[in-house]
Amino acid sequence: MSPDADRHNRTPHNPHPDRHHRLTPAPVLDLDPLIDDPKTRIVVCCGSGGVGKTTTAAALGLRAAERGRKVVVLTIDPARRLAQSMGIDSLDNVPRRVKGLDDSASGELHAMMLDMKRTFDEIVEAHADAERAATILANPFYQSLSAGFAGTQEYMAMEKLGQLRAREEWDLIVVDTPPSRSALDFLDAPKRLGSFLDGRLIRMLTAPAKLGGRAGMKFLNVGMSMMTGTLGKLLGGQLLKDVQTFVAAMDTTFGGFRTRADATYKLLQAPGTAFLVVAAPERDALREAAYFVERLAAERMPLAGLVLNRVHGSGAERLSAERALAAAENLETAEGPESPETAENPGAVENLEEPRIVDQEGGKAGLRNSSDTYGSSESPASEAPAPDEGSPAHSENPSSKRTEKERSAHPADRSVDQLTAGLLKLHADRMQLLSREQRTRDRFTALHPEVAVAEVAALPGDVHDLAGLRDIGNRLAAGQPELPETAVD
Amino acid sequence: MSRLQVVSGKGGTGKTTVAAALALALATEGKRTLLVEVEGRQGIAQLFETEALPYEERKIAVAPGGGEVYALAIDPELALLDYLQMFYKLGGAGRALKKLGAIDFATTIAPGLRDVLLTGKACEAVRRKSKSGRFVYDYVVMDAPPTGRITRFLNVNDEVAGLAKIGPIHNQAQAVMRVLKSKETAVHLVTLLEEMPVQETADGIAELRAAQLPVGRIVVNMVRPEVLDGTDLELVRTTPRSAVAKALSSAGLGGARRGGNAEKLVDPLVQQAEEYAERYALEHEQRSVLGELGLPLHELPLLTEGMDLAGLYELATELRKQGMS
Repeated sequence: MSPDADRHNRTPHNPHPDRHHRLTPAPVLDLDPLIDDPKTRIVVCCGSGGVGKTTTAAALGLRAAERGRKVVVLTIDPARRLAQSMGIDSLDNVPRRVKGLDDSASGELHAMMLDMKRTFDEIVEAHADAERAATILANPFYQSLSAGFAGTQEYMAMEKLGQLRAREEWDLIVVDTPPSRSALDFLDAPKRLGSFLDGRLIRMLTAPAKLGGRAGMKFLNVGMSMMTGTLGKLLGGQLLKDVQTFVAAMDTTFGGFRTRADATYKLLQAPGTAFLVVAAPERDALREAAYFVERLAAERMPLAGLVLNRVHGSGAERLSAERALAAAENLETAEGPESPETAENPGAVENLEEPRIVDQEGGKAGLRNSSDTYGSSESPASEAPAPDEGSPAHSENPSSKRTEKERSAHPADRSVDQLTAGLLKLHADRMQLLSREQRTRDRFTALHPEVAVAEVAALPGDVHDLAGLRDIGNRLAAGQPELPETAVD
Repeated sequence: MSRLQVVSGKGGTGKTTVAAALALALATEGKRTLLVEVEGRQGIAQLFETEALPYEERKIAVAPGGGEVYALAIDPELALLDYLQMFYKLGGAGRALKKLGAIDFATTIAPGLRDVLLTGKACEAVRRKSKSGRFVYDYVVMDAPPTGRITRFLNVNDEVAGLAKIGPIHNQAQAVMRVLKSKETAVHLVTLLEEMPVQETADGIAELRAAQLPVGRIVVNMVRPEVLDGTDLELVRTTPRSAVAKALSSAGLGGARRGGNAEKLVDPLVQQAEEYAERYALEHEQRSVLGELGLPLHELPLLTEGMDLAGLYELATELRKQGMS
């Protein structure tokens, strides 16, 4: 069954149309057209830590490559296993070709890990003559700055992106962003560093050095000398001297860090760039995602949509957590099915007739091989919400009472009951998780109904290899919400 | 019990939640704790359902038995101005520095200065005494940067002490380092029972140890309840699906025959059990990896209704029960 038919069929069979619709249905983010479009040259994955940002970047890169594009994935700080899965466990700052791809579409995947110190050193080496470069590289202040203090990683990531783009060697660059302290850093750091290196403070700090060190101080006005005096007092004379030497060396060779920062910034705003905000269906992650969305809009950065990772679904979502728990209790206490709930609400059984389970099978058929039970011959569209012919729900009670008597006599049946109760409890847990995820997601969607969403079904395990990344890629591009459209309450 | 409790962990593991629960747990029985936030996320305010925290120590919760939890969101810029005023009476110069962009420089770009200020402020709170000579806070709990950055963050003062070889910053950096490397400090790592966070925890511990920073405990967060054990999972594999269908039917979930409601539930339920089994095996593996790290291990349950204030108190009680406070 096609996903379209699936979605189409849900509504007419909805027994509670008033309860079963989302307040603001988010548009579905279709990733294949985005990564296939030759005009898409840069995809930036951003989001808070621990939401699978790097995995998303790698999976998208692999998918684009296997669909025929020449791709480079720039990762910032990948988990070791993920890096190994792409065969890049050395930190050498150079894109490496990833082997083992399906290259039938003649695409290529390259991957690299950012070495920020190396990147910074390269800028220095490229822009200064050998002697001056050596002075800068040996400067203690430079060494600390380049080794990864606040902002450097963000700046270097953007610098590297600019370099890769300028080489015109790849069709598509997929960038992972650094795990920033806050969403702001990634967009702000380049500008900050740029404006600092071009700014008044620098001019002031460099002035004495340019004028010949201490001798030059007397030419400065009183305010400035008080300033350097203050800084000297605070930082210690040695450090101030290091800073001054560093800045002097940088100033004459770089001529415009800000220009570079501005260029990178414009590159991010350009039409060939697409931002993906990555999140997990958890409160904090989605709050951060909402913040990203607002920031990107304010900066006029092109947002493609939200990738919602690790979303849980269930093939039995029409069975609510409450009913599953009640049924589990029935089995465990061996009281049979005459629970107050079933007795008072016989109609509840009929609600089970909604044929969504069949539709779900269509989506999950690739994950297992037991879907033959529900053949496609069973057409959900024509199935009326009537009780089962063979075993009408209402007449079931007497027979199950007999079963109950038999059960006590057979320990094997007893253990099957226990097991089934366990399965039902597991299902109740899943349904609770599912409804929590949905509430969280709906809150985001209500705030940002314009943002297209791609939901990625949760994997039980971790990703170790290309096959795992490919699986994520398939889930990313499935383009169909994995969460039920129904409110579970 | 160390008086400075630093809580780190991979992003997404809930380190802010654990730090807050620990602050509550430590405040029980009339103690006073300070919960410090250093990353400007206002995660503490959200957790305690209060308005955004200013740069000011403020009481945010009362613990069982009359204890108090104070919270402070450290703003590096204000901390620097504070510091300039406190040590050099440079309030006016501070404003001039700000105008020149020096404060911005110092707190965002200058090597490590920001981290120096953040750790410095936390250590100041640890050492602060009232007029009667008692410590103002019995414990200071820091919601610290994630595992990948924690060693560098705590060790920044060493680096700065080397960079600024003399002067007040040098002295301040050394004083902070003395607290951080002593028994007064314990660095805890929060993880999940998943491969990447566990790996990062192991790496983080090795880094902390190499830097001679005191490693405390491992807190496994969001542990899911064991619904099915190994025996059950074996049963899932051996039990005929028809038997499960019958059991479901007897519990009032519809017909057990092919196409019946109960029968239609079997496959999805079994599939969920298979996914659970995969996770279960993975979690066992990760638990034994964590066990080999040789540190005290604590486990906090996943709260099914999501994190709220009541849940926070629940986790605090759990931490006390497990002897973490």
